[in-house]
Order: sequence, then structure tokens, then C-alpha cells
Amino acid sequence: MHYESPIREPLILDDKSLHDITEDVARPIEGSANKWWWALFLISLLAFLWGAGCMAYTVGNGIGVWGLNKTVGWAWDITNFVWWVGIGHAGTLISAVLLLFRQKWRLSINRSAEAMTIFAVMQAALFPLIHMGRPWLAYFVFPLPNNFGSLWVNFNSPLLWDVFAISTYFTVSLVFWYMGLIPDFAMIRDRAKKTLTKKVYTILSFGWSGRAKHWQRFEELSLVLAGLATPLVLSVHTIVSMDFATSVIPGWHTTIFPPYFVAGAIFSGFAMVQTLLLVMRKVLYMESYITIKHIEYMNIVIMVTGSIVGVAYITELFIAWYSGVEFEQYAFLNRATGPYWWAYWAMMTCNVFSPQFMWSKKLRTSIAFTFFISIVVNIGMWFERFVIIVTSLHRDYLPSSWSMFSPTFVDIGIFVGTIGFFFVLFLLYARTFPVIAQAELKTIVKSSSSQSKKNHHE
Amino acid sequence: MAINKTYFQSLSQLANNPKLDLLQEKEFADQLPTEAFLGDEDKLSESSTSRRDFLKFLGFSTAAASLAACETPIQKVIPYVVKPEETIAGIANWYASSFYDGNDFASLLIKNREGRPIFLKSNDLCEYGGINARVQASVLNLYDTSRLKDPMDNGVSSSWSQVDKKIIQGLSANNISGKGVVILSSSIISPSTNSVIKAFVRKYKAKHVVYDAMSVSAMLDANLESYNRRVIPTYLFEKADVVASFAADFLGDWLDSGHGKNFAAKRNPNNGSMSRHYQFESNLSLTGANADYRTPVKASEMGLVLLNLYNLIAKKAGVSLVKVVLSEHRNTLQKMADDLWKSKGKSLVIAGGNNIHIHLLVNAINDLLNNTGKTIDFSIQSNLKTGNDQHIAQLIQDMNDGKIGALIAYNVNPVYNLAQGEEFTRGLGKVDLSISFAEKLDETAAKMNFVCPDHNYLECWNDANPYTGIYALVQPTIHPLFNTRQAQVSLMSWSDLGDDYYSYLKDYWRSNILGVTSWNSALHDGVHKLKTKEKPVKFKTSVANIVAPLANLSGDSIDLVLYSKTGLGSGEFANNPWLQELPDPISKTTWDNYLTISPRFAKDIGLNNEYVSNGALDGDVVDMTIDGVTLRVPILIQPGQAYKTVGLAIGYGRSGSGKAGDGVGVNAFVLAKEFKSILSGVSLTKVEDAVHEFACTQLHHTMMGRDRIVKETTLSEFNKDPRAGNEQMMLETHKGPQEPEKITLWEEHDRDVHWWNLSIDLNSCTGCGACIIACHAENNVPVVGKEEIRKSRDMHWLRIDRYYSSDMTEEVAEEEGISSIDKFLAMEVASTSKSLEVVFQPVMCQHCNHAPCETVCPVAATTHSREGLNHMTYNRCVGTRYCANNCPYKVRRFNWFNYSDNDQFDFYMNEDLGKMVLNPDVTVRSRGVMEKCSMCIQNIQKSKLDAKKERRKLKDGDVDCACATACDTGAMVFGDGLDTSSKVYAQARDPRSYHLLEELNTQPSVWYQTKIRNKA
Repeated sequence: MHYESPIREPLILDDKSLHDITEDVARPIEGSANKWWWALFLISLLAFLWGAGCMAYTVGNGIGVWGLNKTVGWAWDITNFVWWVGIGHAGTLISAVLLLFRQKWRLSINRSAEAMTIFAVMQAALFPLIHMGRPWLAYFVFPLPNNFGSLWVNFNSPLLWDVFAISTYFTVSLVFWYMGLIPDFAMIRDRAKKTLTKKVYTILSFGWSGRAKHWQRFEELSLVLAGLATPLVLSVHTIVSMDFATSVIPGWHTTIFPPYFVAGAIFSGFAMVQTLLLVMRKVLYMESYITIKHIEYMNIVIMVTGSIVGVAYITELFIAWYSGVEFEQYAFLNRATGPYWWAYWAMMTCNVFSPQFMWSKKLRTSIAFTFFISIVVNIGMWFERFVIIVTSLHRDYLPSSWSMFSPTFVDIGIFVGTIGFFFVLFLLYARTFPVIAQAELKTIVKSSSSQSKKNHHE
Repeated sequence: MAINKTYFQSLSQLANNPKLDLLQEKEFADQLPTEAFLGDEDKLSESSTSRRDFLKFLGFSTAAASLAACETPIQKVIPYVVKPEETIAGIANWYASSFYDGNDFASLLIKNREGRPIFLKSNDLCEYGGINARVQASVLNLYDTSRLKDPMDNGVSSSWSQVDKKIIQGLSANNISGKGVVILSSSIISPSTNSVIKAFVRKYKAKHVVYDAMSVSAMLDANLESYNRRVIPTYLFEKADVVASFAADFLGDWLDSGHGKNFAAKRNPNNGSMSRHYQFESNLSLTGANADYRTPVKASEMGLVLLNLYNLIAKKAGVSLVKVVLSEHRNTLQKMADDLWKSKGKSLVIAGGNNIHIHLLVNAINDLLNNTGKTIDFSIQSNLKTGNDQHIAQLIQDMNDGKIGALIAYNVNPVYNLAQGEEFTRGLGKVDLSISFAEKLDETAAKMNFVCPDHNYLECWNDANPYTGIYALVQPTIHPLFNTRQAQVSLMSWSDLGDDYYSYLKDYWRSNILGVTSWNSALHDGVHKLKTKEKPVKFKTSVANIVAPLANLSGDSIDLVLYSKTGLGSGEFANNPWLQELPDPISKTTWDNYLTISPRFAKDIGLNNEYVSNGALDGDVVDMTIDGVTLRVPILIQPGQAYKTVGLAIGYGRSGSGKAGDGVGVNAFVLAKEFKSILSGVSLTKVEDAVHEFACTQLHHTMMGRDRIVKETTLSEFNKDPRAGNEQMMLETHKGPQEPEKITLWEEHDRDVHWWNLSIDLNSCTGCGACIIACHAENNVPVVGKEEIRKSRDMHWLRIDRYYSSDMTEEVAEEEGISSIDKFLAMEVASTSKSLEVVFQPVMCQHCNHAPCETVCPVAATTHSREGLNHMTYNRCVGTRYCANNCPYKVRRFNWFNYSDNDQFDFYMNEDLGKMVLNPDVTVRSRGVMEKCSMCIQNIQKSKLDAKKERRKLKDGDVDCACATACDTGAMVFGDGLDTSSKVYAQARDPRSYHLLEELNTQPSVWYQTKIRNKA
């Protein structure tokens, strides 16, 4: 039995009983949506449809409808890809790593964080596909037996590693997430009154009956999957960073990239979790479960990872100078002072300076400020990828080929479309899935809820 | 009376077949006995076909039927019924022929595939003339859809017999009425054509008037005055130790396209000496960019500069000086005069422009330097330009006076390229009968009564006598595509000479040229040489008379210098999309002409160029007025341009050339009154709120202190140490300093058969761009158009980088303590001083042996060959563009769209006719794949197969890639780097050889050789 000091702040407020938790988690699913949900959903859907149209336009006409050119072969496409993959990092980190470290505060946020991960990885996976000149041949990147002779994929290519890394990460995250959902689906099933609802949740809950054997297997599998997922948290972004790190382009060819990318990914992932949960706890009345304490913890993670990222930026600058390589030196000088200086300083401001406010307890426990910073961090992390990709490419070795990049409406449309798609999925999730892992959360009611602490006092 | 007839429906009925009666009785067929079958349960259960089987069959047949319907469209290949003797499908035939369009002459070998000419290369048997970008691109003109397909009678298609009848009638009527008949042509170098014209002139008492759009009439007149001969001599650059050029763009369009190779012959530093080249000019020309010493001069001060030079030379020669103010360039002039005097008889002073006084003075200087007869050869004269400016002026006068009854225009477009175009048009209204031989309905032809479209030069027989003693033949390499007729045949049939020009030509050659040589051997060689006699000339001009007009300065006014671009020349080929998309060698701008203006002057008068967010260049627009003529032109800030002199290219602003050329740029010919190329008294007014969008292939113009990209040194340094400027780079390692190539993680590729190497001598490369066009033609490189170029999406597999020197260098920054940020900002700006220098560097796929692109392709679409080539497998490419990103040379080109069969790219690859120029040995790439230089692997394969058939090893010279073939100066050498006897093997071991970006250890198969400037 978990023992917790009574002076620790409770993780469940407002004296919630086990039944209250069930009621609170089931309410959004059993109730009907309000007009705010519909408004948000409609906007997201429109954005998604617009993005889908832009993608179709791209596939129909060619990559030429984007703003790319002979010098800058990747820009918003891969920026968006890395951004979304990065966002996808928080979920698994929360559910797997924090599980291994027995961090109980993860319990009320892990479900949504993982949902966010899965939806973000889905957005990310779109970009490698549509950025191809001939996406209809995308299956060439899989090592499939084929009738092209003994034609095999190129295992030297980091892009191929990406294919494996992302697909593994997506699969494991999905399984982990789904497994956690099973007891909660069973709870919804058991409460369902409409036949169809009952039927759907019966199928989704895989015949969960809550027997001790089920719980035992559930716990074991959780641990195994957490063990599997933990290295993935590190590997995915490490491999994504190798797309750049293994190349010869100054500004890309940097050994610091793997840890720097992982820290950045966690940084942006937590920021996105904050953005989503701050809204969700309000509209779904989850303030008792996602407390200021939770927000504060996440802000601390943001502050720490933000500082790591800052150190990485400065290290890059130092190494560029220290290496004595003229191309490297120019690449970094050009980032800060060249035509894309605004992107660099946007990145610096958002990612390095803004998290430092979290040293102040007052600020890191302020909901409004947290929300603001979470948006700022996500903007900053988008610029980080833009800076790495575009400002490195646009001026590399031979000045004769130097060029600039400017997005077209299609570039913008596709990015907006993925944001729309992400929110469409998340909004549907919030109305149909238990947004808090209630079964697991109930395990800490006796130790960490305000009620239990009160009992202790008495 | 009734007749009994038997009508029958079929032979069976006639034969009274009983079966037929039976069938006729049953009008309706029996129903299928489904009831009987399905109703019988027992029988049904016996059947082995179950309902599942039925569904399976149904499913299969539906799937099979729909699959069968998904057939790829079939394109039929029709075999020859009677195969032409010499044609073997898949094997190219080469024919010797010649090119002459009124400007350039080149003796050619024409590659013919399945009856289609697709590629040109120069014929080594003829050392005169040369193949430049325009000649190289001329093959595409053959397949131009805007060519006329029938003769035209007052704007309506007609037939030859009709047109001939009317024209002969008209000419005869004219003959009677007593008005003159005039043939107006550009210079004609064909002796047989001249003979035909003479016959026509005799018959109709006609006159033959010749003018050249890019006129050298003043030079001819100057020579008439100086030497009593109205001819252009040949200039022997290969014998000149010092070349002093005054705005003569001899590596561009000055007189002849063959100067480049002669000049290059004297520029090989490995001989220990090189010619020294001084250039005084106002615009930055290709020639100026290659000069050892270049001085920008205000156009109207050129006379003064030359007079100063004359005085300096005269002083040394001990003849009397002329009275003239001192030029501000006297230091350079003194140095040049010393050099010239030192190389007396082995130097060359030349001048451009169409000003007789300048040319007289140049003749005088050359005479003092004793060059005439040594480096200037009057015994071999050039016939390429013989036009007379006065004659055409007189003709226009006569036309307006109603003195001309009939006008025949041959290879001229006066409405477009005469400043008096409007006057000419007015005069044309007073001419009873006007006939044009234009290939298309150009500006002039559109105003003529009759257009009798000439063949393209690839469709007809002809000959040429470009230089004294040099005779060349033109032979058809394709059956005429349209209902056109050679101009010579038209003239012959109007003057009762029959219609067989081929026999006429042959007879002419047999009786006048061939002597004992057989016609077949002359035709095979394409060129026939006759002995020439020495023709000494004597100089007889008094310099005193020409001082006054030359010393006359235009003062503070703005000058304009009209120039021609290496791509478009005088604009006849404006509809050639290859040439439109060929970047100007200096400004790297495509699809445009513009006013070049010096950075300082632009700043002074508030004109600006700026880059927009995607990197493209925008320019201000001005109204330029000269002598009452106003043109609205964009300005392009051009480093190296003389202060207060602006430049504008001719050859643009066409309206009758076709879809690619019409409406591109402005027509500068309207300013060239009296064929002047230098005009004073220009006024410029900025057009407010007007912005012009340029399409440039290079947007950054300096090397940013990365001096190892184009290595350069001076001749004196080189003579001290042949590795000067090319010192071995060393990288620090824990084992001490190492050569970059020695530090590697990689396993070496097998290298045991061939190792294809390309060597590029930056000292011989003039940056002319002929190689770019050759690559276009050989490799089906698409044209993408102005909009796409503006988005930095040119598809050139081979580009020529052009870098300007900057006033800011590492050394200056260190001395003056300038911060890195300011240093790099200053380095981005090209030098504004007079010492601006320009370098060129052709860059194509370097075929790295440690290729960064090969490792990153996820699908292994780009791989390394055993022969050192970097292959690109289009079929396998999915288009991630990772390879292009990771290419440090940025030579990979992505197909952003479908460029063929796509009407959005309406140039030539979307039409059946245009597609005839495509090389069948090279895939036309689809959208979404990466492409790049293959080192013309199709040629390598062909040569290997040929050698194999002959059971021998490949030898040096068997294989060549298109760019090296097109390079007149011999800057590019291709061959097997493992063959110790090959030229490229020796080149690679030259002390000047280096790899581009050696520090990356990509180990390219392309070598560059340090550029050497002959500077003290």
C-alpha cells in the first residue's frame, strides 16, 4: 500500500469519492455537447478540410505548388513533421517514464497526453508521405519483397530509420494507450443505457470484467509496455535528429542534435499538454483532478527542458566558433543576423527566455500565464525547426546557389489543416473516450486525495 | 411488260437450303431452358458448380474484365516499309554541314537520329568560326511551331504555283514600269546564292542591298579609308601577346564566334607565358569579365582614352602626338602602352562599336605597333559581315520616294531591327510588290504581300565562303517539314533557272571551287580549303583629322551602350526557349533585357533593386528618353558598369517571333539610329510604383571569402610555384596535419574498369554558356519559364557560377578590426571599385566517390557505379529531395511539375513537333523525381558497345559528354581517369588541379584547374 505524507498537497481535490470520479469521467460521454464544443469542432473540421484540399492539390499538381526551390528542398513540410513528432513526445514520457518512476501525478493527465501523442504522430506521419514527389510510390520505403529484382531499401538512410522509428513509436503508443483504456471502456459499458452505445463499448472493452486476474495482467502489461516505450521516447527524436545530424550541411551536421532534439521534444510536448488540458479541465469540469499542482509540475518540466534546449543552442554557437570551420561559423552567424534573423530570435525568445519565468512560483501556478507560455513555447519550437531546416539550407557551401524560401498558400493550408485534423480528433476523443484514466486514478484516492488527507487529520 | 426477277437475301436462300426455311419459320429464338434446369432439384445437386463457385467465377470475370480495361495507352511504332539505306533505328548518323545566320558561322557535324537532327557539334576540320550557344540551340528552331507551313499571299495561305505566277507577273510589270527591284538581305556568304542573286539581278535589273542588324559598317568603311579595302581582316588572337580591347566583346558577339578558341590557345599558363588582356569598356561584357585588367570607361570617353593611348604609343614610335586632354585612366594606359610596345608586331588593339573614327584610330595604333599583317591578317578576310549602313538608309529614302517597285527581303527583319522601322513600314506601303523569304511571319513578313517561306538551314542545300579560301557546304539532314521552299529556288524559278538548286550548287562547286577534289569528299568533310595569296595592305590615314570628333566629350550627360547577349544576339532566335532560359553570363538573368546601371549611379539617382521574400529580384522601372524616343525599361544594378553609362541589350521585345519570344523585354533597336551602338544624352525618369520582376538563376554574387571555391592566382606567382593558389589543404588531426582525402570512414568503391573524370580549366572557361545549351539538347533538360526561374527552380544540369570580387576580404577585416557580422555583410556586396574582377565556374554533378546524396536516399534511387559515376534511377525515385538538400554543390534538380506534355509549360515539350528534338537515348523525366548530370552516360554506353563490337578497349577520345563537346576553348576535358594515356589523367595531375570543397572529402570525379590572371 502506497503511503503518502499528509503534508503533501493532495492530487484529487474537492473530497471526491470513488463514485464521484466515475460520474465526472463519464459525464462528457453520457451528456451532450455544448455549443462551444460544436463551434470548436466545426472550425477544426473546416481547417482540416481546407488542409485536405491543399494536400489533394499538391498530389494532383506536384510539389511545385509549395514554395520550395532548388536550394531549399525542405521547409514547412519537414518543419511541421518534426514539430508534430516533438509534440507527440509528452504522452509516452508521462505514461511510461513517470510510471516507472512511480509518479502518481501522472494518473490524471496520462490518458489525454497519450491521446495527444497519437493524434500528433498521425499529423507528423502525413508529412513524410505528402512531401514525396511521388507519394503513390511511398511503399518503396518499406523493405517489402518485390519484383523489381533484388531491390532493397537503403539502410544507410536516416529517412528509412525514421520510417521504422515513427511506425514503432506509433504502434507501441497506440497499444499502451488502448490497453489503459480497457477498464475505463468497461466502466462506460456498464453504465450505458442505450443499446448501441452499450454494444460499441462492449466491443471496445474487450470483455473486461474486473476480475483479479484481469487486474494482475493489466498491471503486468502496463509495466512491460512502459519498459518498451521508455527507450522509444529517446529513440524517436534521436532518429529524427539524425536526418540532420548525419548530413553534410553546416547547421545540420552537429553531434549535439540527439539529446538536444529529445529535450526539445519533451519541452514542446509538455507545452501542448498544458494547452490542451488547461482548456479541457475547465470545459469538462476536471479541476478537481487536474489541479494547480499538476500544472506546476508540468511547468517545472517545461522550465528544465527549456533550459536544456537553451544550453544546446549556446553550445552549438560555441562549437561553431570553436571548430574553426568557416562554413559552420557562417551558418550560425547567418542564423542570428542573416535574412532569417527574425525566426532565430523568435525561437530564442520563445524557447530560452520565456520558460525562465517559471522560476517564479507565482507565475508557474498561474493558469492564464501557463496557458500563454504554453502557446509561446509551441510557436518557439516550430521556429526552432524552421531555423534548423530553412536557414541551414538556404545558405550552404556555394554562395552561387544561395536562395530564400517563402511559403505559398498551400504550405500554410496544409499546416493549418493538420492543426485542424488534430483538434478534430482530440475533440471527438474528449466526447467519446474517458479523458482521465479513472480506474487507475481511483488507486490513489485513499492515499492522495483531499478526502484521505482530511481523514488522516481526523 | 413485267419482268420476273428473283430477289434473294443470301446465297443459302438462292440455293434453297432447307435449314434456312426451318430457321425462317421460327422468328423468335427459344428461351433458355432455365426453368427446366433450376426446377430439377436432382439435376441441380449433381452439378459440380455451386453457388459459391458461380460467385467466384463472376467475381473473377468482373475483376479480369476491369483489369483488362486498365490497359496503358498504346503508342504505335511504325516500321519502315522500305528502310533508308543509311538509317538504322537506334544508331545516330552524323552529317557535316554548316551554320550561318547573318552573324555567326560554324562548321558543324549534325547528329541525326531516325531522320531527325537533334544535336550539333563543331567540325574539327574547319578551324574558323565556332559553335556558340546560339548555334548550339539552332537545332530547336527547326521544330518551331510558329514556322510558316505554306506560302502566304497577302496573309492567306496559298500554293507555290499560284504565288509564283503572281510574283512573276508582278516582277515583269515592275520591270516595265521602270521602278527598281531590290533584294534586301543580310550579309550573304554563300557563293552559289550570290550567283543566283546575280542572275536575278541581271534579269530584273535589280539592286542588291545588304545590311547587318549588328552592323560593322563603320569598321569596313574605316578599313576602306585606311587600307583601301572594305573588308574585315582576321584577328590572330593566338599570336597576340597583348590584347587591348576597347569595348570589343570578342568572346561574345564581336565579328565572329571563333575568337574564343584562338584567344584560349594563347592563355595556357603551362607554357610559361600567356597573353595579357586589357579591356576598356562601359558595360561589363563577357570579354571584360575575362580580362586581366579591366577598366570601366564612360562610353563617350572611349575616344579620348584611345587618343591618349595613341599619344603614348606615338611617343615611343617617335611620330608626332595629337593634342588632347589627359585621360583619368592614364596609369593603366601607360602600363598597357608599355606592354603593347614591348610586344610590337605581336599585339592586338581592337575596338567595338560602329564609329568610323574609333576604328580609324585603332588602325593607326595597330600600324604604329606594326601589327597589321602580323596579328591582323588581311589576306584571309572575313566575309561574315559586309553590310553598308548608307545603302539601307538610301533604300528607305527611295522606298518613301516611290522609286521602288518590288522589294524582296531575304533573312532580314527591318521592321524590327532598324531604328527607322516605322519609316521602312511607311515606305513599304509605296512598294508595289513586296516579298519576304522569312521562315515565320515575323514583324516584316507580316507587312509583305507575299511570304515565300525559306527552309530551315537543316532542311536544305547551300554553301558558304565565310573566309578567304574557306568553302563550306550545307546539306539537308531532314526532309522539309512544311510546304516551304528554299529562297534560292524561289529566286531561280523567278529568273528561269529551273528549280534544282542542288544541281546548280554542285555545278557551281565543280566549276569554281572543287578543282580536282571530288564532290563527295568535300561533302563528307563539310569544308574545302583553297590556297590563299598574301595581300599586303598599306596604311594611309592621317590621324589629325579624327582627333576632333573623338576628343569631343558628351560632358555630363548619361550615355547608353547597346549590347547583344550571348543568348539572344540580335534577336532572330528570340523564340528559342533554350536561349531565353540561358542565363546571361554576367547578370545571370533569364527571359529579359534591362538597363544595366552602376551601383553608385543607381544610388545617386535613387534607383533600386531589391530581393523579395522568396529571394527573387525586383527592380525599379524607368522611362528612358533619347532623341525623342522613350522606352520603359526595368533597371538592373550591375557591378562593373561604368558610372553614368547605362547598357541595354538588343534582340528583345519581339512581336512576331512566336510564343516564347514575343513580349519578352523591350526592343532596343528603335534607339539605334544610324546603327549607332553608343548614344549620348539619355534622360532617365523613375516610374513611380512600377516594379519589374526579374528571373535570375543566381542571386548571390560574391564568394563570401570562401576563396577555395574558385582558386585564382597570377601568372608571376604561378611561374614561381605551379601550385600557387592551389596549396594543399591540411586538416589538423590527432596524428598531425592530414590531407582531407586521407581522413575517411568510408570503404573505397571498386575502381578497376573505368573512372570517368571531367576536368574543367577555369583559365580557359570564358563563361559563354554553350555547354549549358549542349546539355539541354543532349539530356532533354526541360525549359521551365520565367515564373519558375524566378522561384529558383531552373532545371539546368550544368550551371555556370559567376562570382564578383568584393572590396571586403578577410585581410581587410582583420586590418581594420571589423566585426564578423559587418565583415560578412560587406562581403555580400560586389566590389564597386574599378578593380572589380569576375570569375566563372561551371558546376554540374561532381560524381563524388564519397557521395553525400547516395547515403541519404531511403530507396537507393541514387547509387554509385563501378565506373565512378553517381547514378540516378528515375523509376525508383520517390522524390524526398533529401539528396538535393545534402548535396554540397546543389546540382540536383527536382521535377516540381510535369514539364513535358503539360500545357502550363508551353515551350516545346508539349507539342509533337517540339518533341522531335528530344534525344531518344535519354528519358524524359516525370514529375516528382530528382534529376541531375549523368556525365552523358548514354554516350559512354554507346562508345563502350562500339568498342566491344570492334573487340578493342576504349581509347581516349572515344567518349565525350555534351558539355565538353560544346566547349570551344577546350576548357572541359572528359575521359577515363584510369587510362594513364588519357588527357584527363594528365589534367588531374596538373599542379593546378583541385576538387571543389575538398575539405568535405566527397572525392569528386570532376577536377577544376586554378584560374591564372596575367597580372604583374
